[in-house]
Amino acid sequence: MKKLFFLTAISVLLVVACGEKRSNSSNDELAKKEKMAKIFGLTVFELDNGIGPIKEKITLLPIDPKMVEEGKKLFDTKCAQCHKLDERYTGPAQRDLVERRSPEYIMNMILNPVEMVAKHPEAKKMFAQYPTQMTFQNVTQEDARKMLEYFRSVDKSKK
Amino acid sequence: MKKKKLAWLIIPALLLSALLYNCSNSDNAGNFSDAASKVYVAPGTHDEFYAFMSGGFSGQVSVYGLPSGRLFRVISVFSQNPETGYGYSEESKPMLATSYGNIPWDDAHHPEFSQTDGVPDGRWLFINGNNTPRIARIDLKSFETTEIIEIPNSAGNHGSPFVTENSEYVVASTRFSVPVPQKDVSISSYKENFKGTISFIKVDPNSGKMNLGFQIIVPGFDYDLAHAGKGVSHGWAFFSCYNSEQANSLLEINASQNDKDFVAAVNWKAAEKYLAQGKGKTVSTEYYRNHFDEEKHLALSEKNTQVTVLDPKDCPGLIYYLPTPKSPHGVNIDPSGEYIVAGGKLSTVLPVHSFSKMLKAIENKDFLGDVDGIPILKYESVIAGEVKDPGLGPLHTEFDNNGNAYTSAFLSSEIVKWKVGSWEIIDRVPTYYSIGHLMIPGGDSRKPWGKYVVALNKITKDRYLPTGPELTQSAQLFDISGDKMKLLLDFPTIGEPHYAQAIPAEILEKNSKRIYEIEKNKNPYAAKSENEARVERKGNVVRVYLTTTRSHFKPDNIEGIKIGDKVFFHVTNLEQDWDIPHGFAIKGATNSELLVMPGQTKTLAWNPLKEGIYPFYCTDFCSALHQEMQGYVRVSASGSSTKLLFN
Repeated sequence: MKKLFFLTAISVLLVVACGEKRSNSSNDELAKKEKMAKIFGLTVFELDNGIGPIKEKITLLPIDPKMVEEGKKLFDTKCAQCHKLDERYTGPAQRDLVERRSPEYIMNMILNPVEMVAKHPEAKKMFAQYPTQMTFQNVTQEDARKMLEYFRSVDKSKK
Repeated sequence: MKKKKLAWLIIPALLLSALLYNCSNSDNAGNFSDAASKVYVAPGTHDEFYAFMSGGFSGQVSVYGLPSGRLFRVISVFSQNPETGYGYSEESKPMLATSYGNIPWDDAHHPEFSQTDGVPDGRWLFINGNNTPRIARIDLKSFETTEIIEIPNSAGNHGSPFVTENSEYVVASTRFSVPVPQKDVSISSYKENFKGTISFIKVDPNSGKMNLGFQIIVPGFDYDLAHAGKGVSHGWAFFSCYNSEQANSLLEINASQNDKDFVAAVNWKAAEKYLAQGKGKTVSTEYYRNHFDEEKHLALSEKNTQVTVLDPKDCPGLIYYLPTPKSPHGVNIDPSGEYIVAGGKLSTVLPVHSFSKMLKAIENKDFLGDVDGIPILKYESVIAGEVKDPGLGPLHTEFDNNGNAYTSAFLSSEIVKWKVGSWEIIDRVPTYYSIGHLMIPGGDSRKPWGKYVVALNKITKDRYLPTGPELTQSAQLFDISGDKMKLLLDFPTIGEPHYAQAIPAEILEKNSKRIYEIEKNKNPYAAKSENEARVERKGNVVRVYLTTTRSHFKPDNIEGIKIGDKVFFHVTNLEQDWDIPHGFAIKGATNSELLVMPGQTKTLAWNPLKEGIYPFYCTDFCSALHQEMQGYVRVSASGSSTKLLFN
């Protein structure tokens, strides 16, 4: 019975995850998401955008080259030992990060990785594939925002 | 079926009664049924106090929790520690520099917290090295030794390091008098040539940096222990001394002749005035000050060649002797600063001097005579009272916050509790065995947290499972919150737990450092990202700028190292999260491993002697892929054409 429940949860999750990219989510999908979030003890916002200090959608402006530069510097010092842009390393390749995750999810993962891996279904899945716990690298929210700008700048679909 | 059940009830009942019978018959135990709950700190919860115990002849400091007696940490101070690389890594080697060369060991006796307004403030912990006179300062944010200063003109730096009320000074006195300056003389010329010194080490109020302020040259007795005045006696410091006979052989007989020895009272505020008047003489000497820069992750040594010395002959009123019954050891000041308690090893009473009576006696010139111009005050003019029958061999006294004093008695193995002012004994409790120092959290300050007393014992005998001729060292925890002292716990300690200090956990835990910020790492050989990881050769010196992160080194394949090369592995841990150190070890290294904290850089020197392939690996289990965290170095013959390569 428990197994069945878990399988249902996973399939719901997959459906939700697939549906995530669509800009207009129907009421039906919202209802599914709500159910899904409840299973994992999260809010719908958390399910889409991660658990952590970023609790609201942020506004994205055109890419700011100065922030990109600073974000790259931070990425090289704090992240590059585990993440490369185009190859699987200690963690996943990051070039297409902004296509895979919402901006808020990216920042929450940077700022609150331990709780994310413990509670968020997506982060849990990644942990199963990359069995090294991502760590908080002593960065500020502002730093995380700069790194997000860097990830936006390296994404191929934007070029 | 029913019979079986009955048996299940009866057997435990029998066992229980057997246990109870045993307890009631045990000669030194008594009933511990509620003691267990008083020292039980449930899994995952924290202790109420941090206790810092000297490691004695291990040369280190150990950190315990009270009341559980659990060991958390051993802080490397005077002894090399291959577990972390302390004293072996290139960065830490200078910490052990002295005017006698690099010394890998010392005998650490008295930890002492820095104080503000006479209360432990949780900033630093000082501890003395006896053998090659030194004082170390431990930073209580990082729990690392950050400074060691050598004390010149001293031998047997036992009477240290005790702080003044606002840590203006750390004081230190010589146990062994020696020629000052050192010279080649006949030992029998002791009385003519041997001198003691009392040192005042100035502490910078912001950085904690120690500087030798001044030394006072004193008659050649054995200056044993010390404590600075506080409250009313702030501005003074007190030093016990024995061997006023100035014997130089078989002291156990020859230094036990006089009826009384002394407590030396030093007016350090007067010393400051004399120094301002230019009464200090600059004397040539040699001593080192070693400082660990926590941003550079690097220790630097500086050699000093001068010290300012005051001679009591030129400075009237600087120092007085208070006669004290036979061979005093500890000298302890009560929280008000009025009473000076001196434990006399061979005395049958515990004398308590009065600071205010001492001032009056000085004013009235109630002198018995003098030693080399230092006035000896009359015993009856300075004594406030005597504690009668304080046990045999009373050594040290600490205080609680309710006007009680607790004295350790070595020979009779007990703690004796008495009332300050009436001098009457209220309680006594045996210790197992031969207690030396005792410690109450804040018990030598103006504000004791008088909930527990810890007995620091010299002998363990039958208290634990035997482990061959060498047994564990041991401490004992007593509850002193009630009228009667109550033994709660025995716990083993490292080295000899000589003296200790304890402080409420809440004062320290909030400041405890978690990582070293990688941005602030100013080590000249740091590689602060994998982009900076590399290998460089200059002549036969090869520098490997190696980074660690879970779960790999960069680079992890290195070729082109040759026999005769001097290789330095500069290991930077790029992690920035709490509790993720990485270790580094390479086959055949003749020194140690490195244990590198997040954001830190440490360097291991390596001189390969044979051709071949040398694996290196992470020694501190860091992740699921810890076993994968490894690398290889290829060593070729000297003069071989193997190119320098790394990935």
